[in-house]
Amino acid sequence: MAATAARGLKWMSAGGTIEFRPRDLLSFRWIAFAVILLGWFVYYPIVDNFIVSTTDEDIFTGEVSHIGLANYQRLLDDPVVWTALGNNFLYAIISIVFQVFGAFLLAALIEGLESERLRRFWRAVYFIPSAISITVTGLLFYFIYQPDMGLLDAVLRAAGLDALMRPWLGDEGTAIYAIIAMSQWQGFGYSTLLFAVAIQKIPRELYDAAIIDGAGPFRRLWNVTFPLTREMTGLMTIITVTGAFQVFNEVMVMTGGGPNNSSHVLGTWLYQQGFNLNNFGYGAAIAAVIFAVTMVTGIAQLLYTRRRRVQL
Amino acid sequence: MVTAAPPREVNVWAVIARIFLHAFLICLGVVVLYPLLWMALNGFKTNAQIFGDPFSLPHAFSWANYVTAWNRGVSDYLTVSILVTVASALCTVLISAWTAFGLTRTHMPAKPLIVGFVLGGLMLSPTVAVIPLVKMMQALGLYNTYWALIVLYTAFRIPFSTFLIRAYMLDLPRDVDEAAVIDGATERQIFWKITLPLCRPIIVSCVILHVLFAWNEYLFAMIFSGVAGMQTLPVGLTSIMARVGTDYSVVFAAMTISALPIVIVFFAAQRYFIRGLSEGIGK
Repeated sequence: MAATAARGLKWMSAGGTIEFRPRDLLSFRWIAFAVILLGWFVYYPIVDNFIVSTTDEDIFTGEVSHIGLANYQRLLDDPVVWTALGNNFLYAIISIVFQVFGAFLLAALIEGLESERLRRFWRAVYFIPSAISITVTGLLFYFIYQPDMGLLDAVLRAAGLDALMRPWLGDEGTAIYAIIAMSQWQGFGYSTLLFAVAIQKIPRELYDAAIIDGAGPFRRLWNVTFPLTREMTGLMTIITVTGAFQVFNEVMVMTGGGPNNSSHVLGTWLYQQGFNLNNFGYGAAIAAVIFAVTMVTGIAQLLYTRRRRVQL
Repeated sequence: MVTAAPPREVNVWAVIARIFLHAFLICLGVVVLYPLLWMALNGFKTNAQIFGDPFSLPHAFSWANYVTAWNRGVSDYLTVSILVTVASALCTVLISAWTAFGLTRTHMPAKPLIVGFVLGGLMLSPTVAVIPLVKMMQALGLYNTYWALIVLYTAFRIPFSTFLIRAYMLDLPRDVDEAAVIDGATERQIFWKITLPLCRPIIVSCVILHVLFAWNEYLFAMIFSGVAGMQTLPVGLTSIMARVGTDYSVVFAAMTISALPIVIVFFAAQRYFIRGLSEGIGK
C-alpha cells in the first residue's frame, strides 16, 4: 500500500510532471462502473436539483419558466418550512440526548456486567428494533398511539393516569413528540451497540489502575470511559444530526405531516410539495435546504475523522 | 459502569446497585420487546379482541390472518423485495470491490481525486436528489420498474461499501499479490483469486448492511415503484392498510411477516453485522 499511496501523492504534488505510463490508464476499468453510476445517479441529480429549484413548471401545460430565486424567497415566507425546520432541530436535539448520551450510559452499564453472555444478550435485544424497517415500526406505533385500540392509552388507563390519555398523533401539540419518541425507541440500540464496541477497545489496565487509585464506578465512567470514547461520541453526534435532517419515513407513515401541518419535517414537506402538489421547483428548493445542512454536517464529519486518523 | 467490582468486598450498597441495574435493563428490555410481541400476537387475534382487550393473549392461535395477509399481497411484496435486495446487493458489493481494488492495488493516476469523488458520495443524501431523479427515470423508461430501485440502491450505496472494503484492503498484507505478480498473474487474476477471497469477512459485512438498507428503504421505493405489482414490502405495507380497511389483525400479520426475515438475518449474522457497523463509523 505504502508504495501506491506514495505514487498517488507524488503524482498529485508533481503536477503531472512525473513519468506517466499510458498502461496505467487501463487501471481505470476497475473504477469505471462506480464513477459512471455515481456521476449519473448521485452527483448529476444533485446539481440538477439546484437548476430545478430556480424554475416553475406549469402542471397543465408542462411549460417551464425560469424564476430565479423566487422559490427561495417563498421558503422564507412559508410558515410550514419554519415548523418543519423546527421539528428537524427538535429531532436532532432529542436524538442527541437519547441516542448519544443515553446510549453511551447504557453501553457503559452493559459493558460493566460481568457475564459476557449477558452483555451479548442485552446488546442484541436492544438492537432488534433497529433491524426492523421504519415503516413497520412506524405503523406499529401508529397503532400503539391510537386512542381506541392503542397500547399507550391502555397502559395509562391501567395505571390510573386517565388524565394523560389523548390521541397522541391527532393532537397538534404531541404528534411530533410521539413520532420522535418512536424514533428513539427504534434507534437507541444501534448507537448503544457502537458505543459498546468503542468501550471494548479501552485497555482493561486503565480501569485496574483507576481502581487501585480508589476511583469508584462514577469516577471511572467520567475519567476513563468518557474521555476514551469521546471520538465515538463526537461522530455519533454528527451522524445523529445528519440523520435528523433526513427524517422522512416515520413521519410519512405515522402522520403524513399532520395534523394541520404540525408534524412536517423538511423531507415530508418536500414530498408534499414536489409529489402531491406537483411544485417541483419549490420541492427542489426545500431539498436544497436539506443539502446545505447535511453538507455542513458531512464536512464536519470528514474533518473530525481526518483529525482523528492523524492522532492515532 | 465499566467496572469489574473488586473481589471479596461485600457491600450492601453495591448489591442494591446491582439489583437496580438488572431491574433497569430488564424494564428497558420489556419496553423494547413488548411492542413487537404485541404486534405478532395481534396478528393472531380477531379485530374485536384487538379493540376490546389489548393486553390479552389471543383466544386461539389461528394462522388465518397470516394466510390472508400473505394472499392479499404480502407474497408479491416479498418477491419484489427479495429481488431488489439481492440484485442490488450483488451489484453494490461487486462494483465496490472492483473500485476498492482499483484504488488500493493499481497504479491508477489521480487516485486521491477519485477517492474523493467516490467517498464524497457518502455526504449526499437521497432526499436531495429525488426530484431530478424522477424526471431522469421517466426519461430512461425506468419509472415504476424495479430496475430503478436496483440502479439507485446500487449507486447510492457504492460509496459506503467502497469505503469499508477499501479500508480493509489497505490493511491486507501485499506480499501474496507481489509474489503473484512475479509469477506473471494479471491484475484480474489477482483480484478474483487472491484479494477478493481475502476480503471475505468485510464482503459479508457489506452484504448484510446492504440487505438491511435495501430491505427497509422507503423513499425511493415509494416514489419509483409505487404501482401495484412493483411494490416492495415497506411500500406494500402502507397500501395493504388502505386495502384491508379496518381489518387491523391482517395488517399486524403483514407487519410481522415483513419484520421477521431481517430479524432472523440479524441474529444469524450478528458478528458480521457488528463488524460492518463499527468499521463503517470509526475508520
